[in-house]
Amino acid sequence: MSDLRDLYQEVIVDHSKRPRNFGKPADVHQHADGHNPLCGDTVTVYLTVEGGKVADVSFEGRGCAISMASASLMTEAVKGKTVAEARAMFEHFHRLVTGKDEFPDDALDKLAVFEGVRDYPVRVKCATLPWHTLVAALESRAEAVSTE
Amino acid sequence: MNAVAAASKIKRPFDVARIRADFPILSRTIYDKPLVFLDSAASAQKPRTVIDVLSRTYENEYANIHRGVYYLSQKTTDAFEAARETARRLLNARETREIVFVRGGTEAINLVAQSWGPTNLKAGDEVVLTELEHHSNIVPWQLLRDRTGIVIRAIPVDETGALDLGAYAKILNPRTKLVAVTHCSNVTGTVPPVKEITRMAHAQGALVLVDGCQSAPRLTVDVQDLDCDFYVVTGHKLYGPSGTGFLYGKGELLDAMPPYQGGGGMIRRVSFEKTEYAEVPHRFEAGTPNIAGTIGLAAAMDYVMDLGLDAIERHEAKVLDYAHKRLSEINSVRIVGTAKEKASILSFNIGEVHPHDVGTILDREGVAVRVGHHCAQPLMDKLGLVATVRASFGVYNTMEDVDALCAAVQKVQRFFG
Repeated sequence: MSDLRDLYQEVIVDHSKRPRNFGKPADVHQHADGHNPLCGDTVTVYLTVEGGKVADVSFEGRGCAISMASASLMTEAVKGKTVAEARAMFEHFHRLVTGKDEFPDDALDKLAVFEGVRDYPVRVKCATLPWHTLVAALESRAEAVSTE
Repeated sequence: MNAVAAASKIKRPFDVARIRADFPILSRTIYDKPLVFLDSAASAQKPRTVIDVLSRTYENEYANIHRGVYYLSQKTTDAFEAARETARRLLNARETREIVFVRGGTEAINLVAQSWGPTNLKAGDEVVLTELEHHSNIVPWQLLRDRTGIVIRAIPVDETGALDLGAYAKILNPRTKLVAVTHCSNVTGTVPPVKEITRMAHAQGALVLVDGCQSAPRLTVDVQDLDCDFYVVTGHKLYGPSGTGFLYGKGELLDAMPPYQGGGGMIRRVSFEKTEYAEVPHRFEAGTPNIAGTIGLAAAMDYVMDLGLDAIERHEAKVLDYAHKRLSEINSVRIVGTAKEKASILSFNIGEVHPHDVGTILDREGVAVRVGHHCAQPLMDKLGLVATVRASFGVYNTMEDVDALCAAVQKVQRFFG
């Protein structure tokens, strides 16, 4: 069972069951929808950027433990960071889960729990879906969400 | 009845150990654990006889068919055409020419939609599907709708996954031209009463296409008894090679249908002014087909007919019943699809655990199941589900496979409990 524990670390199981920063804020500034058509996972990331920093971030969605935990831990990780730092963090994270970095970057902090994903190639998309959606939300403009 | 004939009627007992020995892949391990293969509904494993026929064809008796005057071409043509007769026997079709070889179930349905469809349907005509259908029996009709303006309607399912025949009776009307229905749901295992569905459609003057991709490997099929107009079979779920399959169509319907694809092999005479098409079924078989694959499919059909479809059905029903019982005893398991008439396909969920996580954990136990929406999103939407875990059983599955599945499911519970 130890190898499965590498994937489903306690922190991941915990965040998948009790996702942090889950829900839609009263005031939506920027947002984006992410969808994995292969498995049906969906995630929406809500974002408030002030002075070049991620002032607030939350998400909603349905999906597997890996995608939900990734979204939850991502919101904790990027809150308070500059937009450039958040993007750099995704770069590091992507290299970690695809096995391109042998050791997790210190900057990843708690996100290092996703290291085990590299041994499950079909699950990499689950871990990265929230991050791709975050990037899309960063690139969306406030006007674009007025249809909400 | 003489003694020989009587003896041939006596079925050998269904010997699963012997059957398992026919499938080389079942002796391998996955992560050092014995393979427990519960995904035959996605694609079945292949018996030695099929693998051998493929090798033998390529090593000894292969050339293009219906072309050459030389020995090898004639022998290969004979084997390919013998496969057509084997397919006829499997479905008890009236005539061998009623079997059209295609690349699989999807192509068979597209053939009917694109050939029969525009010739026989006009804007406002109705094609009736069901909420059980696989995307391959939905999307071809939507493509046809975009071209012709037909209307698509769907027979609803009830909470058990059975079709609501009362609703079907109300859907049928003089504009109904075709009813396209699965003979076995790939998600819930539901076996709809296709004979009754056909009778009701015919009473209204509509034709019936039956998607038999999941039923042909599991149930005795008699297209003359069902009286359906088209029947669709894919090879790879029937223990045959992928890229094979066939369409059954009533002879007089096929005769009246224009070609589906143009090319070599489907013509009688070509000039730049005019082309005369070949007779049925060759008219629908443009280009070089999957020759060795189709000959291999014949070996697969012989294999299941030797075992006996009735014996296969009984065996799989026992495994299914046991799986239903064992999984129901695990309190977090919810079975999806409890229709009375069901074949050996079993969908379920474990508490709030996402099926993809279940699939990953089961895989590490050597248990191969399908997880996801199973290419049946309208059914998932109707049942209010994003995905399910699906175990499906074939001729080689045993009660021990079910025990391994249940042990792995309990491991999932421990992880996420």
